[in-house]
Amino acid sequence: MTMIFGIPIQALMGQLLVGLINGSFYALLSLGLAVIFGLLRVINFAHGAQYMMGAFVALLLLTQTGIGYWPALLIAPLIVGLFGALIERTMLSRLYKLDHLYGLLFTFGLALTLEGTFRWFFGSSGQPYAPPAALTGAVNLGFMFLPIYRGWVVVASLAVCIGVWLLIEKTKLGSYLRAATENPTLVQSFGINVPLLLTFTYGLGAALAGFAGVLAAPVYQVSPLMGSNLIIVVFAVVVVGGMGSILGAIVTGYMLGIAEGLTKVFYPEASNIVIFVIMAIVLILRPAGLFGKDA
Amino acid sequence: MRKVLLSAASVAALTSPAVAQVSDDVVKIGILNDQSGVYADFGGKFSYQAALMAVEDFGGKVLDMPVQVVTADHQNKPDIASNIARQWYDTEQVDAIMELTTSSVALAVQALSREKQKVTITTGAATTELTGAQCSPFGFHWAYDTHALAIGTGGALVEQGGDSWYFLTADYAFGYSLEENTGAVVKDRGGNVVGAVRHPLATTDFSSFLLQAQASGAKVIGLANAGLDTQNAIKQAGEFGIVQGGQRLAALLFTLAEVHGLGIDSAQGLTLTESFYWNRNEESAAFGKRFMERTGAMPNMVHAGTYSAVTSYLKAIEAAGTDATEAVAGKLHELPVEDVFAKGGKVAQNGRMISDVYLLEVKKPGDSDVPWDYFNVLATIPGDQAYRNPAESGCPLVTN
Repeated sequence: MTMIFGIPIQALMGQLLVGLINGSFYALLSLGLAVIFGLLRVINFAHGAQYMMGAFVALLLLTQTGIGYWPALLIAPLIVGLFGALIERTMLSRLYKLDHLYGLLFTFGLALTLEGTFRWFFGSSGQPYAPPAALTGAVNLGFMFLPIYRGWVVVASLAVCIGVWLLIEKTKLGSYLRAATENPTLVQSFGINVPLLLTFTYGLGAALAGFAGVLAAPVYQVSPLMGSNLIIVVFAVVVVGGMGSILGAIVTGYMLGIAEGLTKVFYPEASNIVIFVIMAIVLILRPAGLFGKDA
Repeated sequence: MRKVLLSAASVAALTSPAVAQVSDDVVKIGILNDQSGVYADFGGKFSYQAALMAVEDFGGKVLDMPVQVVTADHQNKPDIASNIARQWYDTEQVDAIMELTTSSVALAVQALSREKQKVTITTGAATTELTGAQCSPFGFHWAYDTHALAIGTGGALVEQGGDSWYFLTADYAFGYSLEENTGAVVKDRGGNVVGAVRHPLATTDFSSFLLQAQASGAKVIGLANAGLDTQNAIKQAGEFGIVQGGQRLAALLFTLAEVHGLGIDSAQGLTLTESFYWNRNEESAAFGKRFMERTGAMPNMVHAGTYSAVTSYLKAIEAAGTDATEAVAGKLHELPVEDVFAKGGKVAQNGRMISDVYLLEVKKPGDSDVPWDYFNVLATIPGDQAYRNPAESGCPLVTN
């Protein structure tokens, strides 16, 4: 068997692929955060809770109304997005004039409230959600067993990441959004409804988190804690990528997923801190992040 | 004024020895555990309910003084737990702390309580260290420990031909203890351990670890973790075709609560060890039903064990005629444990409560006819076989 650093090459290939799969979740979640921070300058601590909500909405759709995975993939993000928009309209928008810290505190409080509420109703052990029949099973790649569903996660998240990037960088709506962050007063004077754009943006960010939640439901136990376990890592991804950089969030998400996967082979005990070590190094060498514009 | 009252009380005590002595005119029991993290269903607020049930069944009073139960969330952090315990003892007149899920927390609070001369009865934590080198004259361990789990699940699987093991171990005191105990049982019975990987507590993605376990070629993958970690590991093992590939999963600490959360479809066929199962006989079923009415869930061994611990503590106070720690601890060591949880249970010198444990198997979905009816009882393991011989525990308090 071929070995690299004492690890069989099969195992290494397997871990790379697993890293890529986890990276997909990181990318999708950090993308939503980057969109919200980039355009609203709000550090959305409720992102993990919105991800968790996405998974629970999918679960409830299935158990209460019998709506399966495929429609849920569309409906759940929509519901979470609308919920996000409602929160932005009624509460968050009042904080824009204040220091960024208030937005952070507000969303952090929101996250705790949402998690507590779900824990009260569903307990902490969570509930299972079966993957759709079309995506069950696994293929033997020779070096590892790849569950078909995990392959799907990579494809779906890549597609959505590219779609959102195109939406913001290449469309007219995207150009309005970018312009509104640069100079809201000027954009408003052209007759564009800036507050509505901001509501849309927050809703979009929340919907992305909800989408990741539905994708995650068949992989992880659907539990009120699933978001808080991930959110800190995702913040690290955004910081490494450069706050507000959309491309940075996507690329860094995949990169750190792979770095973490490799750590799990060489020194598993460090696997939950390796991302933060990388974050610290990046912050020292390039404070604006790998893809950030130096301010 | 206080002095006058005190001397009046001591005069009363001297003149009529039958008058019982309860400090602060109230017996206060603290239930300290994880109520918001990975172990919140394993023990959590249901353990608090179990303690309340025990107090109510006892009549709400002991030695004519009211019994109160207080509770707090230690978030699985020994420092937070120690702070709460200190505050409870110093300013809130708490007499004993129980439950103490998470081994690192239990060890910290038991050590603090020894210093403060207070009773602890651990039902939620697993490490044998509590009754080993770090044992305390006032510290008791109820319900289960890593040794019993190892003998139960480990022993049974080796007998069925699972003679090579690979461990997925939670990276803290409990995981090490469980891995070490199970490894010893496996080797003792002629098997071998081919490797182990340590994962951080509250890991969401186990695929890397599972791939390593899969590559090891071991016949049994021992999950030396608990709660949500074990659930995620089992669920994801299904994805990677580990069981189809011929390897067996051994959930070394898995209870009714986690089986319920995981769903019987994913959990079917798992072998596990608990010291309580609600649907074992009429008495346990009746208790389960009452518990269910209060909480909406059936009790596992931690919940039933907490009920037993509180009941035993109150019985000990009654027998001692005081809630003074040394006298109560003495009675706890002396009295047999007879309740819905344990029959003929006895407490060893190292604080270990020894009673039967059960080897259980998760039923197939078609075989489970009432809600929460998840287990077949494969075997009853007598307490003397399940728990470590106190003389070999390394506890300095054991004299013979």
